Amino acid sequence: MATDITSIADLAPAGAEIFVLAATCVVLLADVFWGERQRWLTYTLSLLTLAGAAVITLTHGAPGRELAFSGMFVSDPMGDVLKVFTYGAVAVSFIYSRDYLTRRGLAKGEFYVLALFAMLGIMVMITAGSLLTVYLGVELLSLSLYALVAFDRDSGIAAESAMKYFVLGAIASGALLYGISMVYGVTGSLRLDEIAVGVSEVGASQLGLVFGLAFIVVGVAFKFGAVPFHMWLPDVYHGAPTPVTLFIGSAPKIASFALAIRVLAEGLGGMVGGWQDMLVVLAALSMGLGNVVAISQTNLKRMLAYSTISHVGFILLGFVAGTATGYQAAMYYTLTYVIMALGGFGMILLLSRDGFESDRLEDFKGLAKKSPWFALVMLMLMFSMAGVPPFVGFWAKIGVIGAVVDKGYTWLAGIAVFFSVIGAFYYLRVIKLMYFDEPTDVGAIEAGGSMRFVLSANGLAVLALGVFPSVLLDLCIRVLQ
Amino acid sequence: MITLPSVLLLSGILFSLSVAGIFLNRKNVIILLMCIELMLLAVNFNFIAFARQLGDIDGQVFVFFILTVAAAESAIGLAILVVLFRERRSINVSELDSMKG
Repeated sequence: MATDITSIADLAPAGAEIFVLAATCVVLLADVFWGERQRWLTYTLSLLTLAGAAVITLTHGAPGRELAFSGMFVSDPMGDVLKVFTYGAVAVSFIYSRDYLTRRGLAKGEFYVLALFAMLGIMVMITAGSLLTVYLGVELLSLSLYALVAFDRDSGIAAESAMKYFVLGAIASGALLYGISMVYGVTGSLRLDEIAVGVSEVGASQLGLVFGLAFIVVGVAFKFGAVPFHMWLPDVYHGAPTPVTLFIGSAPKIASFALAIRVLAEGLGGMVGGWQDMLVVLAALSMGLGNVVAISQTNLKRMLAYSTISHVGFILLGFVAGTATGYQAAMYYTLTYVIMALGGFGMILLLSRDGFESDRLEDFKGLAKKSPWFALVMLMLMFSMAGVPPFVGFWAKIGVIGAVVDKGYTWLAGIAVFFSVIGAFYYLRVIKLMYFDEPTDVGAIEAGGSMRFVLSANGLAVLALGVFPSVLLDLCIRVLQ
Repeated sequence: MITLPSVLLLSGILFSLSVAGIFLNRKNVIILLMCIELMLLAVNFNFIAFARQLGDIDGQVFVFFILTVAAAESAIGLAILVVLFRERRSINVSELDSMKG
């Protein structure tokens, strides 16, 4: 045990996590005592929690790799970047959700408290140095999300999708755990750095290790939502209240990336040949099925769910490469996808109002006549998701495809390009509906000023990061050497 | 003398039974929750066997964490079940199909 705790200063690397935990408990108590009368209080305190965590992470960032809690906790620059993006994504989803929740009478403290606990789970996964911490992070995130999906208690489809999410998520956790137990049995350790040493000692082709790896990959694929473990994703996105869909669609993708990079790349990096073959299949199937099935959807939330599945395929391409360049490309793709997903689901929340969900494709008909500016924002988001230059989605796709071509997977790059061309169809259909069809819905946009401002900034970010792709890309390259 | 492979075989059988139970059962959601519990207990069996074989305490500590998380997991599962039953008046798995596409 190299880093036993002897003083309070040894806990410093975990400062942000400790702060978020304490602050979330304060938010919970404040909501119980004053939440009913002071509706703004929980919302403001939640945003302050995120701001405080961001300050701690930015001012106490790790210059290199630091360990705490006997090596179970790792603080490194990559983790800091991922955490700051997570705070941002959660803050933006709170701002987008506020009007919707207030109008539906759902503006209860549970939403914010559960979302903050889910975020704490994401942070634990990002900083995991041991398979035990990985598992606890996964469960803290998943259990909070199950409750969030079911939190509109009067919605039948929300309860149904929560049940499906719960059962399939529990199978995923079970598979992940079974894999962890096999890896523990073979390598004799739960710490990721010791597992990496253990793998090189026993050899990557040891039977127990390969068996364990297969189960771990199944667990990771479930959490990502990669085909054939994607069954929960469309139903959960469709059934959950839109603010929850927005939340699930954004920050937890960073957690899935962290899970894959910590467990597969750091812990089981010696078995790269083994998991590469499995990820090739998952990536190809995800890109294919996601893009093809999305075409036949009439519900925008469901369409974006299948689009998520296809984007997950692209993120996995970066891992297929198994090189530093590949991981950097996967990280860049994940971060840019989170920005695009926030905008996409944010648009649904923007147009919704009392008794009108605006989650069907036809609800976007003629948006350009009602609100030319927000039609333009949606156009930028859709072009970016489709991978049209000069938007940021184009550079993300170039990055992962370049990484697999370097490793000689030219045919896989071909599949990726082919299916992104097919995928462009359903993104362009949204644009066609907005610009060339007559509006069927005449209600005005009721969203408040802060949401309009942040959503406009979100749309412009997709353009600005596309024009200056090196800003974010250099950051990913610097933290992932 | 009970050897490590026989314990692993037993936990493997328990794990497969629970997965089979989840996918074959079309009637009752509560049986799904029982299968999920069985799955986690099968993994616990694995951890204890390995911890004893390796003479390492970490595996046994992991078991306590799994037990705690499993308790929280069933609490949330049952809470969702109550909401579902209030809305549907049924906990039949084959009726959970209102979303298509």
